[in-house]
Amino acid sequence: MNGWILAIAQTILLLLCAPLMTGWVRWVKCKLQSRQGAPPWQPYRDLFKLFKKEVVLAESASPIFRVAPYIVFSATVLAGSIVPMVAIGLPTSAIADVIVLVGFFALGRFFLALAGMDVGTAFGGMGSSREMTIASLAEPAMLMGIFTMAMTVHSTNLASMTRYLLEQPLQLYPSFVFSAMGLLLVAVAETGRIPIDNPATHLELTMVHEAMILEYTGRHLALMEWGAMLKLMIYGILLGDLFLPWGIADNLAPVALLIGLVSVFLKLFLLGISLAIMETGLAKMRFFRTPQYLGLAFILCLLGMLSHVILEIN
Amino acid sequence: MALNFVYLAIITALASALLPILFFRSIVATKYISFVLLGISGLSGALGGGMALLGKVDISAELPIGLPWLPCHLHLDPLSGFFLFLVSLIGLVAAIYGPAYVREYQQGPQPLLPLTLFTGLFVAGMDMVMLADDAFSFMIAWELMSVSSYFLVAYQHQNETNRSSAFIYLLMAQIGGLFILLGYGVLAGFSGAFDFASMQAVELSPAWSSLAFVLALIGFGMKAGIVPLHVWLPQAHPVAPSHVSALMSGVMLKVAIYGFIRFVYDLLGNVYWQWGVIVLSIGCVSAILGVLYALMQHDLKRLLAYHSVENIGIIYMGLGLSMIFAGTNHPQLAALGLIAALYHCLNHALFKSLLFLSAGAILQQSHEHDLEKMGGLIKRMPVTAFCFLIGCISISALPPFNGFVSEWLTFQAALQGTILTNHILTALIPIAAAVLALTGALAAACFVKVYGVCFLGLPRSQNCAEATETAFGPQLSQILLAVLCLLFGIFPTWTVSQIDGIAQILLPTGMPTATAHGWLWLTPVSSDVASYGAPMVFLGIGVAWLLVWLWLHPRRKNTKIRTAPAWDCGFGSLNGRMQYTATSFTMPIRRIFRPVWSIEESYQQPEQQSPGGRYQLKVADWAWLKIYQPIGRLLLATARRAALIQGGNIRIYLVYSFFTLLFLLWVVSL
Repeated sequence: MNGWILAIAQTILLLLCAPLMTGWVRWVKCKLQSRQGAPPWQPYRDLFKLFKKEVVLAESASPIFRVAPYIVFSATVLAGSIVPMVAIGLPTSAIADVIVLVGFFALGRFFLALAGMDVGTAFGGMGSSREMTIASLAEPAMLMGIFTMAMTVHSTNLASMTRYLLEQPLQLYPSFVFSAMGLLLVAVAETGRIPIDNPATHLELTMVHEAMILEYTGRHLALMEWGAMLKLMIYGILLGDLFLPWGIADNLAPVALLIGLVSVFLKLFLLGISLAIMETGLAKMRFFRTPQYLGLAFILCLLGMLSHVILEIN
Repeated sequence: MALNFVYLAIITALASALLPILFFRSIVATKYISFVLLGISGLSGALGGGMALLGKVDISAELPIGLPWLPCHLHLDPLSGFFLFLVSLIGLVAAIYGPAYVREYQQGPQPLLPLTLFTGLFVAGMDMVMLADDAFSFMIAWELMSVSSYFLVAYQHQNETNRSSAFIYLLMAQIGGLFILLGYGVLAGFSGAFDFASMQAVELSPAWSSLAFVLALIGFGMKAGIVPLHVWLPQAHPVAPSHVSALMSGVMLKVAIYGFIRFVYDLLGNVYWQWGVIVLSIGCVSAILGVLYALMQHDLKRLLAYHSVENIGIIYMGLGLSMIFAGTNHPQLAALGLIAALYHCLNHALFKSLLFLSAGAILQQSHEHDLEKMGGLIKRMPVTAFCFLIGCISISALPPFNGFVSEWLTFQAALQGTILTNHILTALIPIAAAVLALTGALAAACFVKVYGVCFLGLPRSQNCAEATETAFGPQLSQILLAVLCLLFGIFPTWTVSQIDGIAQILLPTGMPTATAHGWLWLTPVSSDVASYGAPMVFLGIGVAWLLVWLWLHPRRKNTKIRTAPAWDCGFGSLNGRMQYTATSFTMPIRRIFRPVWSIEESYQQPEQQSPGGRYQLKVADWAWLKIYQPIGRLLLATARRAALIQGGNIRIYLVYSFFTLLFLLWVVSL
């Protein structure tokens, strides 16, 4: 029972902290670019404002348009609830393994892309087309990376994966290095960051995610934005769990939980800084360069798998 | 008891074919007698098949018909029960769908009678394939199924392309039948008898056994539509009436899978892992090419037909993994692969039939089959739109619907590849899993395209702007299948434990751990390795949605919903032609995977300086251009050479006869 309460508390914590993570990345980015920048808690204000505003629906919008924000948001929240954030061994982690996690994101993306095509403007269709193209290349790379990890730890269950990694003595697996690099590239593409997509742009030639939600207003837009922030946070936690698992609580004692909480914030804090540095240093890529980028991610994950088979099996 | 239900199913299916002949003058009588009997056949077949599967029955019977020395052997076990259930279930749904759908043909040029006659024979043929327990009755039933479906494909024969599609279908079905016959021939040659029991008993040498396997692979693969034997499929399935397309794509391909499983696992018995590698590679190629070709199609039913190639590929991947594990002595993992494949058979039958039925409803109501002319149908046909959406989510393998479960099981089977001692296989199997991931993601892209272009946005033609919702029967049948898609998605543990019965009879052991942790958790290997709590996922999404709604709802009073025209950038109102089309949606994918298709693009400048012009895109199948057309040309050239002896002059023919006579006399005198 304690486990369930903790799991719910962890999900709520994830929900509440997601805007802070996005705000933090934005703030660091502004500082790096010598701009004043909004404070890190600006996304809370934005969401609060959007929830208060009226909703303007396009005349050609269908029920899909109104349902999609709820589905996108719920699927992302559910994805968040199965990722071990503060502690492993919570009952929610048995609901779904990491393949199902990818499935949740795919479900959210499916409805996001449908919503983009719903109103019948050219922008929406363009965004959906690009998003689905990127996703179809990113998904195999991501699963390849995850499979490499899963082959080492003999599990696709996130909690078991993290526990196995914690129990191992500290050593450098070549396969992990490759798949960490591959998954990092995939995470950048999937969360719609530079160089694949620019979350700050509204220029028609470069939009992907923004093009799909262009027609949204009010609480619908707020749910979509919050969902995107959550996704960024979940990918951050996922990378932390898989490659920097130290600190996460392996029992439900208060001290361990506190350490887990501090460590996850520290990891996300650092990850946010590195993401901001990366986004400042890189320019957005042409859309038709993304296959090369994601191909690289796939090859890295494939190399990880091969090095596992060649070097690490006995 | 189960067997009696199956007899009833076959008899009523035959009756639905033959009885209407007595009432051929009355269209109404023909229609209702045929479809009601077909429905009864479906119901009793589903009952019989379900009882055989759930009760794990094993009944044999002999009917004194057929050849004098070979009575007709019948056998009902969980494997045939499972496929019988699929066939009959979709048959029942098609019978509910049919009466309203064929209304269109009543005013048409062709009489209704051939349609009802061959639909009944087709369903009876499929049912009989499941029961057959000797090669002779199997082939009779198989050919009944093939030939009657040929007449269904050729039903609207006024159209030139329909005739040629039907011809290609018949040709390939016959060649496939020939290979199956040869496969049985190898077995019968060693066992000396035609019944399956003696074929099982005989021990074949690896070479002969592999030969029989290859013959069966080609023969059943021809019917299942594996690449490159798939070319008949996208031609034949779209031109048949939609409820027949649903039957053909949803279950006839499964009959081929049934035949393959029966032949390899049951009759050959001793599975070699090398066969698994072949089947797995064929599965990968079929899956990826199927979905890539599907992406480029604009004809809705043709697109769905290419997706059948993809899904058959996924089924073959599961079977291939199962064979690899079976051949390397890992029976539990072999059971996992087999269960994944069988589960995908069930799922594909459900969602593909659903999609074909919805596509038929669109075709009937809007008279459009081209995606580029659709749009905005969700407002005109809400029920169809909702059911089609569920079909799209299921086929795109998204949780918590059924397509996801079977793909997840296939992934789990692939991930256990590390257990193998052959390291090349260990490295290749994850790549197959990555292919499966790519396939799933591309399928999602394809169905976003289909749904977005067809149902969302603004209508692209007058026909679609004026379409109305379909009749009650088609709606009911779609809703039924949509509900089943959801149920089999959220209760996988029950389904897997039932399908496990099939694995137990075909393999040394079943998959005991799959449901070890109760009905909530599906744990194919062990609960530590992977678990999927599908009911929890469904509940979780529902609860999250409810909470968000409850939280937002009280605030709605302050934030009213206002409708306004969509922002048009100040250029005047939006119209249907400004939207992304199916062609433009897939343009990035077309550019990335360029060499996969044979693409002809042409652009014609407008005559004056006016904007616009004419863009044409033709996407053709390499298999057709590079394999089938050369073979066809070669055959024609050979036939022309052979025709030289046909001079048309009677004296030359007399000379032929004279020399033949001399030759025969010489033979006799030896």
